[in-house]
Amino acid sequence: MNRLLALGASLAALTAAAPALAQDMLITNAKVVIGDGSAPIDGASVLVRGGRVVAAGRNVAAPQGVPSMDAGGRWVTPGLFATITTLGLADVDAVDESNDSRAGGAPFSASLDAAQAINPTSQNILVHRAAGITRAASTTMPSGSIFGGQGAIIDLDGDANPVMQARAFQMVDLSEGGGRIAGGSRAAAHVLFRSALREAQALAGRSGIPGTTEITKGDKVMLGRFDAEALVPVVTGRQKLYVAVERAADIRAALALKAEFPRLDLVLVGVSEGWLVASEIAAAKVPVIANGLNDLPDTFQQLAATQSNVGRMKAAGVTVAINADAAQNPRRLPQTAGNLVALSRVPGASGLSWGEAFAAISSIPAAISGMGGKAGVLAPGALGDVVIWDGDPLEVGSVPTKVYISGVEQDLASHQSRLRDRYKTLDESARPKAFDW
Amino acid sequence: MAYKFTRSAGLALVSAWALAACATTNAQSDSAPAAAADTKAGTFAAKGPKDDPFASTYKPFPNVATAIRGATIYDGKGGKIENGVVFMSGGKIVAVGGPDTPIPADIAVFDGTGKFVTPGIIDIHSHLGDYPSPGVDAHSDGNEATSPTTPEVWAEHSVWPQDPGFTRALANGGITALQILPGSANLMGGRSVTLKNVPGRTVQQMKFPGAPYGFKMACGENPKRVYGSRGRMPSTRMGNLAVNRQTWFDAIEYANNDKAKRDLGKETLAGVLRGEILVHNHCYRADEMALVMDMAKEMGYKVTAFHHAVEAYKIGDLLRENDVCSAIWADWYGFKMEAYDGILENAAFLQREGACVVIHSDDANDIQRLNQEAAKAQAAGRRLGINISDAEVIGWITYNAAKAMGIGDLTGSLEKGKMADVVLWNGDPLSVYSRPEKVWVDGALMFDAMNPKTRPVSDFELGQPGEGDVK
Repeated sequence: MNRLLALGASLAALTAAAPALAQDMLITNAKVVIGDGSAPIDGASVLVRGGRVVAAGRNVAAPQGVPSMDAGGRWVTPGLFATITTLGLADVDAVDESNDSRAGGAPFSASLDAAQAINPTSQNILVHRAAGITRAASTTMPSGSIFGGQGAIIDLDGDANPVMQARAFQMVDLSEGGGRIAGGSRAAAHVLFRSALREAQALAGRSGIPGTTEITKGDKVMLGRFDAEALVPVVTGRQKLYVAVERAADIRAALALKAEFPRLDLVLVGVSEGWLVASEIAAAKVPVIANGLNDLPDTFQQLAATQSNVGRMKAAGVTVAINADAAQNPRRLPQTAGNLVALSRVPGASGLSWGEAFAAISSIPAAISGMGGKAGVLAPGALGDVVIWDGDPLEVGSVPTKVYISGVEQDLASHQSRLRDRYKTLDESARPKAFDW
Repeated sequence: MAYKFTRSAGLALVSAWALAACATTNAQSDSAPAAAADTKAGTFAAKGPKDDPFASTYKPFPNVATAIRGATIYDGKGGKIENGVVFMSGGKIVAVGGPDTPIPADIAVFDGTGKFVTPGIIDIHSHLGDYPSPGVDAHSDGNEATSPTTPEVWAEHSVWPQDPGFTRALANGGITALQILPGSANLMGGRSVTLKNVPGRTVQQMKFPGAPYGFKMACGENPKRVYGSRGRMPSTRMGNLAVNRQTWFDAIEYANNDKAKRDLGKETLAGVLRGEILVHNHCYRADEMALVMDMAKEMGYKVTAFHHAVEAYKIGDLLRENDVCSAIWADWYGFKMEAYDGILENAAFLQREGACVVIHSDDANDIQRLNQEAAKAQAAGRRLGINISDAEVIGWITYNAAKAMGIGDLTGSLEKGKMADVVLWNGDPLSVYSRPEKVWVDGALMFDAMNPKTRPVSDFELGQPGEGDVK
C-alpha cells in the first residue's frame, strides 16, 4: 500500500464519517458469494451505491456514470462478520495495561459497556480488516462475575465512530468457568444469575420489589446496583443474552431459562456438545455461536467435542455461526469454515457445504448480532461491505486484495505489513533498517 | 556403568569414581546385573547415564506389504512425483518412483488417483502428554516451575500416554512423530522426548527408537516473569543470560571433572556440550536469538533450533550462518509483547535467506493442521514473489523437522530404507479441503478414515459421550 493512500485513509479518519468517501461502483466478471448460504455465482456483478449494496448476481444492470471494475473472475464476497471478539479492546493480550477485555478487578460486571473502550485504530483491527473482516461483535469477557458486560457491534473502518450498536448483547458464563467465578459451583452461578435477573425484573417494575444493593463475595462484587439496572433490557427481551455453555446438560439448563424468564432473547456460545442436544436447541429456536473445530475433551464439559458438531447441529435445524473467539485469532475464521467444508469428504463426519460454511462467518453471525440483511450479505440495501480476494476465500492461502466498508475502500496496511515491507531484504549496507520506512 | 552406594553409609559415595564418568563401555553396562548380587552384599548400584534407563520398548506393529499407486508424491526433501508409486514392506520404504516402479503381485495396493502422499507429518514442538486433555490442574505436568534451571527433569516422565490429543494429531494431522518438550517457564526446562505417534500403555512404548534427546531452553518474557514475580533471579533479560551463563560454567566444570558426584541436571548439560543432546530454544525476539547464539559459542554448544522465533525473519542471514533452524507458527502474533512483530512472511523470508524452516504447533489443535499452517506461510511468500514449491513446503513439516530432531536419517522423507511413516491424503495436503485418509507408522496402518475401527480411542474416552466418534 503506498503512502499516499495511507495518508488519505488517515485524513479521512480524522475528518469524516465513513460514507463521505463511499464510492459508487460496479464490480463485474466476479465469482460472487452472496453470503446467505447459496453457492458462489460465476460471471456475476455487484453494484454498490451510496455505501449500500444495490444488487448482486448475474443480471445486474450497469447504471450510467457508475465506475466499473472487472474482477477478472476473482472471488467477491461480503465482508466477514466476526463474533465473538475482543477487537478494539486489546493491543497485546498478555500486556495487562493494554488489555481492556477483562475487568476482573472492577466492582462492575453486567454494567460494563465495551463501546466506551473500543480503540478503532488498534493494530488488531487493522490486521483483521486486511483479512476481510469488516464488522465484529466485541465484548468484555466474564471475569470478576459471571456477567461479562454489554458487547458492541463495531465496524473496522478505523474512523472515529467504530460503534454501530452499543450494548447489543449481554454475556453470561453458565459453564464450568461461570461456576468457578461464582464461588466454585455451577449451582452458585445459577443462583447468582437468577438473583440478578429477578432484581432486574423488580427494577423494571415487572415483579417484586427492588432490594438488592450488592451481592459480594469477599472483596469481589458479583452484582451491584448498576449491574442489575444493566440487566433490565435483558430480562425484558430488549437486549440479547449470550450464554456461554459447553456440555449438553448446561445447554439444556440454559434453554430452560426461557421457562422462568420468558422474554429472554437467548444466544448460546461455545456449545461444544451441542450435537448431543441439537434437536432441543433447534426446537427452542435459539441460535448458536459455536466453537468450530474443538475436538478435544479439553475440559469435562467438552467430552463429546467433535469437529462434526457444527455440521450435525446445522443438519438438525440449528442456526449456527462460527465463534471467532475459539480460534487462535479471528482472521482464522475462513480457515475454520474451510475445514468444515473438508469434513463433508470425510466418511462419518458432518460438515457444511461451501455456501453454508461461508454464511457461518458472514450473514449468520451478522443476523445473530441483529444485523440481519444489513451485514455479511450482498443483498439489496445491505451495507456496502465488499471484499475482493486473490483466491477462494476459505482456502488457507487466500487474502483480500481490496476491502470496502460501506462503500469506502480501506487501507490494508498495518504494523505487520510495514514490517513485511522493511524486511523484504536484509540489506543494511547503506544505512540501518531504522531508516527504511 | 554402576554407581555404588553402601547401605550402611546411606547414600554416601564409595567407589564409583573408579569408573570414569564419560568412558562408559558396553562391558561396564553389562555388569549392571551384578547389582543384584551387590545388594545382597549390602551395596547398591544404579545404572549409569549411558544405560538408557527408560529405554524405548517401541516395536513396529504388524504390517503387510503395501503399495500406493497413481498418487502425487511429495518426498519430504523437495521432490515431487506425479502419478507415482510408494511401496513399503517390512516397515520400511522399499521403493518410491514413477508409474513404472515395480510392485510385487501379491501385496495390498491402494489407488491413489487424485490423492497425495507425503512422509508422516512431524511436529517438532508439542506438549501432548505433558499438558494433556482434559487440561485440569492434576494433569499440568509440563513446567517444573520451581527453579529457573531444571535441566534434571525429563519430559518423558510427565507424558500421559492416554492423552486423547495424540489420536487427534494422528487422524486429522497425519502426525507420525513428535517431540514433547518441557514448557518455557524455566531458562532450562529439561530434556525433551521424541515419540512415535502410536498409542501405548507406557511412554516407553511410544519412544522413537534411536532418537537423540533434546534440551529445552527459553529466552525472554516467561522465565523473567515467573521468577521475577517471586522476587528471585531472573527478573530481567540480563538476569536470564547471567543465570544461563553461570549454569553453563558450572556444567563445563562438571563435564571436565571425572570425580564429580553424579548430578542429573549437569549430566544433561554435559550431553549438550558433547553434542549428544540437541538444544531447542524457545526464543521470540531477533536480538535475543543473536545473544543466545553468541552464548552458545562462548560455552561450546550448538543451538539446533529456535522455537517460536517470531522475529527470525529479521536475522535470516545470521541463522543461516549459524546453521540454526527456526521452528515457527504461520500466523500467531501479538498475544504477548515479544510476539508483537509476528508476520505471515516469517517462513518465506527465512527460506529466501537459505535458512532452515520448520513449521511447528505448540498446540493440541494446531498440531492437527500443520499442513494448513505451512500452506499459509507459503502463500505469504508467493504474494511477494518468493515462490517456494509445494514439495519444499512439505519439507517444512517433514524432513526439516526430522533433521532438527536428529531423526532425519530414519524418517521424514520417502526414501528407500527409511521407516515407512506415510500419509495418504484425500487431496492436496496444502489445501484446507484435504484430510489424511490413511496413516502408516513403520508400515503399519494406524489410521484409516474409511474404517471406523481404525480410530484409536484412549482409555480416558471409553464410556464417555462421543467414544469412537469421528473427531
